[in-house]
Amino acid sequence: MQAAADNVFRALADPTRRAIFEELTRQGEQTVHALTRYARVSQPAVSKHLTVLKRAKLVRHRREGRETHYRAQPDALRPMVDWLDHYGAFWRDRFDRLEALLERMK
Amino acid sequence: MSNPTESPRTLVVERVFPHPPEKLWRALTESPLLAQWMLSNDFEPVVGRKFQFRADPAPNWNGVVDCEVLIVAPFQKLSYNWGVGGSESGLQWIVLWTLTPAEGGTHVRMEQSGFSPDQKAAYQGAKYGWQKFFGNLERLLEPETGGSE
Repeated sequence: MQAAADNVFRALADPTRRAIFEELTRQGEQTVHALTRYARVSQPAVSKHLTVLKRAKLVRHRREGRETHYRAQPDALRPMVDWLDHYGAFWRDRFDRLEALLERMK
Repeated sequence: MSNPTESPRTLVVERVFPHPPEKLWRALTESPLLAQWMLSNDFEPVVGRKFQFRADPAPNWNGVVDCEVLIVAPFQKLSYNWGVGGSESGLQWIVLWTLTPAEGGTHVRMEQSGFSPDQKAAYQGAKYGWQKFFGNLERLLEPETGGSE
């Protein structure tokens, strides 16, 4: 189990964070204000979610005047995709072994 | 015989086995049989039963999968959650086995979906959310839409 994938999964386990991340991938760079309007939760809550996403390297931010702008980093999803592929291979292998066992059970 | 029709992002693996559902059920629920194709385990087909699968330890993983039985519907459905990395990481999955009689055998569908512990109550919704998200992954990762360093 890769630590990087673990971070990404944890960051995206929360539906609000998933929604914020998806919104950023759709709309490009957004301010915290815009994201707060979108997520319909308080601004401190949005900031907290963004911090978690930032820690998982799923978003980056830059300050401009008094506004902080966030953008998605879809590359950061790669460990998660690799991990899912790994699990897909795991299950297909188990299905093969199940098939072999069923033959032996006859 | 073997036709995995899974989409790699939703973690569904399906296959028709030329064996009756009763036999599949035994392979899925009798611990010694389960150990022969899955992983060594102390599984019992009782809802609420906590058990473990044990694999060889890997880097960053002790090889233990912590599970709890969620659904036992003989010859039809079996579900358990699937926790890796201990409680601290909070990474939980649900594995759902569905057996359906098919011509000449049994259609077996395995679905693995993710959710976090605090979403247990609303797991149907969480499951949907993840699946939708996984469905979008491909689009997100296609010709890198952002984040060029």
